[in-house]
Amino acid sequence: MTVAVVTFGGSNCDRDAVRALSHLGIDAERVWHEDGLPADTEGVVLPGGFSYGDYLRAGAMAARTPVMAEVRECADEGVPVLGVCNGAQIGCEAGLTDGAFTTNRSARFQCEHVHLRVERADTPWTAAYDEGDVVEVPIAHGEGRFETRDDRLAELEAADRVLFRYCDADGNVTDAANPNGSAGNVAGLLGARETVAVMMPHPERATLPDVGGTDGQGVLRAFA
Amino acid sequence: MPLADADRELVVGELGRDPTRTETALFENLWSEHCAYRSSRPLLSAFDSESDDVVVGPGDDAAVVALDDDTYVTLGVESHNHPSYVDPFDGAATGVGGIVRDTMSMGAYPVGLTDSLYFGDFDREHSRYLFEGVVEGISHYGNAIGVPTVGGSVAFHDGYEGNPLVNVACVGLTTEDRMVTAVAAEPGNELVLVGNATGRDGLGGASFASEDLSEDAETEDRPAVQVGDPYAEKRLIECNEALVDESLVVSARDLGAAGLGGASCELVAKGGLGAQIDLNAVHQREPGMNATEILLAESQERMVYEVRPEDAERVAELADRFDLGCSVIGEVTDGNYVCTFEGDDGDRETVVDAPAAYLADGAPTNDLERVDPVQPERDLPDARVAEAFEAVVGDPNTASKRWVYRQYDHEVGARTAVRPGDDAALLAVREAETGLALSAGAEPRWTAAAPYEGARAVAVENATNLASVGATPLAAVDCLNGGNPEKPEVYGAFAAAVDGLADACSALDVPVVGGNVSLYNDSAAGPVPPTPTLAMVGTRDAADGRGYDAPPTAFAGEGTLLHVGEPGGALGGSAYLAHAGGSDRFPDLPRDPKTVVASLAGVAGLESTLAVHDVSHGGLAVTLAEGVSDDAGADVAVDGSLELFDETPGRAVVETTDPDAVRDAFDGVAPVETLGEATTDGTLSLSVGDAELAYDADAVRERRAVIERELA
Repeated sequence: MTVAVVTFGGSNCDRDAVRALSHLGIDAERVWHEDGLPADTEGVVLPGGFSYGDYLRAGAMAARTPVMAEVRECADEGVPVLGVCNGAQIGCEAGLTDGAFTTNRSARFQCEHVHLRVERADTPWTAAYDEGDVVEVPIAHGEGRFETRDDRLAELEAADRVLFRYCDADGNVTDAANPNGSAGNVAGLLGARETVAVMMPHPERATLPDVGGTDGQGVLRAFA
Repeated sequence: MPLADADRELVVGELGRDPTRTETALFENLWSEHCAYRSSRPLLSAFDSESDDVVVGPGDDAAVVALDDDTYVTLGVESHNHPSYVDPFDGAATGVGGIVRDTMSMGAYPVGLTDSLYFGDFDREHSRYLFEGVVEGISHYGNAIGVPTVGGSVAFHDGYEGNPLVNVACVGLTTEDRMVTAVAAEPGNELVLVGNATGRDGLGGASFASEDLSEDAETEDRPAVQVGDPYAEKRLIECNEALVDESLVVSARDLGAAGLGGASCELVAKGGLGAQIDLNAVHQREPGMNATEILLAESQERMVYEVRPEDAERVAELADRFDLGCSVIGEVTDGNYVCTFEGDDGDRETVVDAPAAYLADGAPTNDLERVDPVQPERDLPDARVAEAFEAVVGDPNTASKRWVYRQYDHEVGARTAVRPGDDAALLAVREAETGLALSAGAEPRWTAAAPYEGARAVAVENATNLASVGATPLAAVDCLNGGNPEKPEVYGAFAAAVDGLADACSALDVPVVGGNVSLYNDSAAGPVPPTPTLAMVGTRDAADGRGYDAPPTAFAGEGTLLHVGEPGGALGGSAYLAHAGGSDRFPDLPRDPKTVVASLAGVAGLESTLAVHDVSHGGLAVTLAEGVSDDAGADVAVDGSLELFDETPGRAVVETTDPDAVRDAFDGVAPVETLGEATTDGTLSLSVGDAELAYDADAVRERRAVIERELA
């Protein structure tokens, strides 16, 4: 399987994603967005960064590039698609998932390690975990506050679309453990299919054993 | 600041005619203090810049040092002081951009940044405005370009009230094959400008940086400050990487101070060559620019490359792929540095025709008067220990900088093995199975009290930081900041600091492979203290022992606490005196710092070592406070305030399960004293002479969180 790590101008976690996937024995390559997805694409990562400089709105420009039509097609066919950080913003903007990620409650960029509670373990992204597990994964974003209408959040929750919530080290989902003010402490969610997910925390930064821990490996194993 | 009469006379003598307006402006900028180091060059010979590992020493865009036979690390440092006063956000942001391009022009990929920041008193509103703006600017730019900001320093001192300092260092990685230099090679090769279009921004930035800040600088000098575009910089980084991948670059230089004129002239001068440049060929952002504006604008995110004629088309294709402008602006020649320009009247004029070497290196140096600084006398205060402890631990200078580094992406690149907040950052360079440790900073209180000894202490402290994560020093770059050198006391103190830094780096056996000098950091509020920011890198072998794992600074709560190193017996320049009043001479520094540092690095690599934290800013008081957490405390006894607040570097607190191993490592090197035991009660219990102090983790955290609390 080859995972296409789609690189836009301003993407900056593309190399890290390839390195993390390779560490897990998963074949991955950076794909320049203008070149389109390779024919043998069997997984897609939309990596973090500042595509198009975050000008206009984070992810808004990249979501409207031609390659995203191909990504949407892949998603519809059941190919695993993961958006991380800026990739999550792009995914939301492109309609792969509900909601939007916007300016942190602090109005500042925040780079730190946070705890996430695994909300369901029966998806490709979380099969390596048990429901209720607490994992430590870093965040690094200025616009990571998940927002949606209250009724839409209720629908997402009812449909079991929430993948991860920010929590404390003991797994309690509290406001104090919510780093950016996300609605419902949502850190990651599923799209229409379980094979499509977006998340603000960086699993690729919690995969290599020599830096940052290995709690994020489970997410990337969806591509194995 | 127009071209001085004496300089004009020299130029007329060299050219045999009056310089054109464009030449006058070019000489004014290239011969400015900022570009030509006229007042500092005589001092810089003090530095030892060679070792077996040094591949490219001072004088290029960045220095290059070998990690092994194939893997090279680049080092550079730059100041962006005056722009950061006038416009803190953009001034600091473009400082990051500039040093990253210096890294790129060596054919390297940037992998780490440090920022050393200096502001006026934290209690003043204007200092906070500058501090917040500078941090936000660095965050905005550094995060977007995907280079982790992994370390640095922040200091507050009233000497920076009218003139903050922003010193940015960058490390990059390259290989023997990929390395590029700024030495033009071959007449007939084309000069290609890649990146942003040129506009009327940052005009005269080099000369603006070479005079005191005036009281109305915030309004008057705003046009001299550039505005950065990190999105363009990121595309330029990737384009540069692609150009190097395909071996299309013969030589390269980034456009910084003095814009295209500076970069292109210095590039060909280094190769002993000249150039023929058509200024109309430069891609421009606005209409009607004249020759001088095109030549000297400091528009950001631009690089000039020397390219073989047959490769120019491919360079243009790659630039286009990354949506970057690209123009062939001329060629390398073996004649003069010549620029032509066709104005609106349709006449083509030669606006510059001068020897490149004379433009780049012809500025005479200044022989300035200096008054040597004198050491303060001992007049120790009679302060209550508890009050002093609380003031020192809660001092914004020694307090937690989490508020700062949390705003920087310090993990992008997936190399950050030790994150900011510990003594030094550690990057995993898997290519060479090497842990690359970084430490950067200076302590204005030390150099204000005793410029020579304080600067030596700065070097020893940075080296000790590296040792705390198990690394031994490899090389350093310096950013030497001072006030107006035409004032003899200011120049005397600056010169003493330069000597001190050079002497200590020699004693540590650390080559100083490059740097930057920033003078005229002076304003109506007075000169800045001499501020010799040092950015030092060290290495540790990741193939054996602990890999990229380093002992933390926080205690585990399970071992014995040892003090290693020789106390300096004085309090000059300390946080303690800053709060309690009084004065003292500067403490004695270790006679053989190299061996102390090597011994500490060895101890940090021991399995039995649970924590290592250097003793410096704020003394043992701060080191111990930083070791305490909810799960671990310390029970420690010291003789008195002198021992608790002495800031002599080259010392550390080591938590160990095998004290004898530490004693063995320091046998004949430096004394090892038992301070007490680490505990599991999360409380710092201190006996200081007759006084008993106790602070739990919350109380310590509360004091250490002063910046976060005030700026939240």
